[in-house]
Amino acid sequence: MNALAALAEPNRLLIVELLGKGPRPVGEIAGQLHLNQPQVSKHLRVLSDAGLVEVRPIAQQRIYNLRPEAFRDLDNWLESYRRLWDERHDRLNEYLQKAQTKEKKHGRKN
Amino acid sequence: MAEKTKTASIFTLPSDREIAGTRVLDAPPELVFKAYTDPELIPQWWGPRRYTTTVDKMDVRPGGVWRFVQRAADGGEHAFNGVFREIVPPKRLVYTFNYEGTPGHEAVETVTFEEAERGKTTITDHVLFATREDRDGMLNSGMEEGAAESIERLVDLLKELQTAQH
Repeated sequence: MNALAALAEPNRLLIVELLGKGPRPVGEIAGQLHLNQPQVSKHLRVLSDAGLVEVRPIAQQRIYNLRPEAFRDLDNWLESYRRLWDERHDRLNEYLQKAQTKEKKHGRKN
Repeated sequence: MAEKTKTASIFTLPSDREIAGTRVLDAPPELVFKAYTDPELIPQWWGPRRYTTTVDKMDVRPGGVWRFVQRAADGGEHAFNGVFREIVPPKRLVYTFNYEGTPGHEAVETVTFEEAERGKTTITDHVLFATREDRDGMLNSGMEEGAAESIERLVDLLKELQTAQH
């Protein structure tokens, strides 16, 4: 399952948002989101298969953390939406700059 | 993410039926407004670079019709049309927007022009779709079913993560 599909499930998105505030063990995630632990473990497995979450053993606990690389990929994907405006605004700005240079050449003042 | 500073437009999703893009442009509001409302200037900047845009109709007054056609080098054509609703030079422009390839999904676009500092303009392009489905359909081309629902939150989350990194 890809990252977007994994995030499309509401509870998984909640888990990711919570982990965005910092790494946490499964019990704490379950407690804060009022979900039962096996359910959270299942979601964490999906998120980890999708590469969004990684686990690190610290002392006796397994601490879950977001994988920044995966979110950079997502950010790149979102970039395509931003580009929607960027391409348009870039062209507009280029035109505006050109138009003003021309105006100046013709000796008109702004 | 140094390369990101080059792309200066800020993309937001103000509600589940809207998208908006903001950018500071290097020209005074009068000139930016003119670029949006002068039929001779539209072909010089409107639409993706790989297309040639021609203005078929452009009657810039409330109730006036506009229609632009984009042609690709391979002959592919995309046409867009709408009706001007508000024209307030050099501050605000409101018009309806239709892509003729998918009729029946009209959106309303509001463009505001604000003087940012001397000789610069903050432009905000704001598009209001009739339904969330229309909006997501626009955003969603090629995306997996259901994923669009998460976009707003994802945008916020990524913003948060980036601030946290710095």
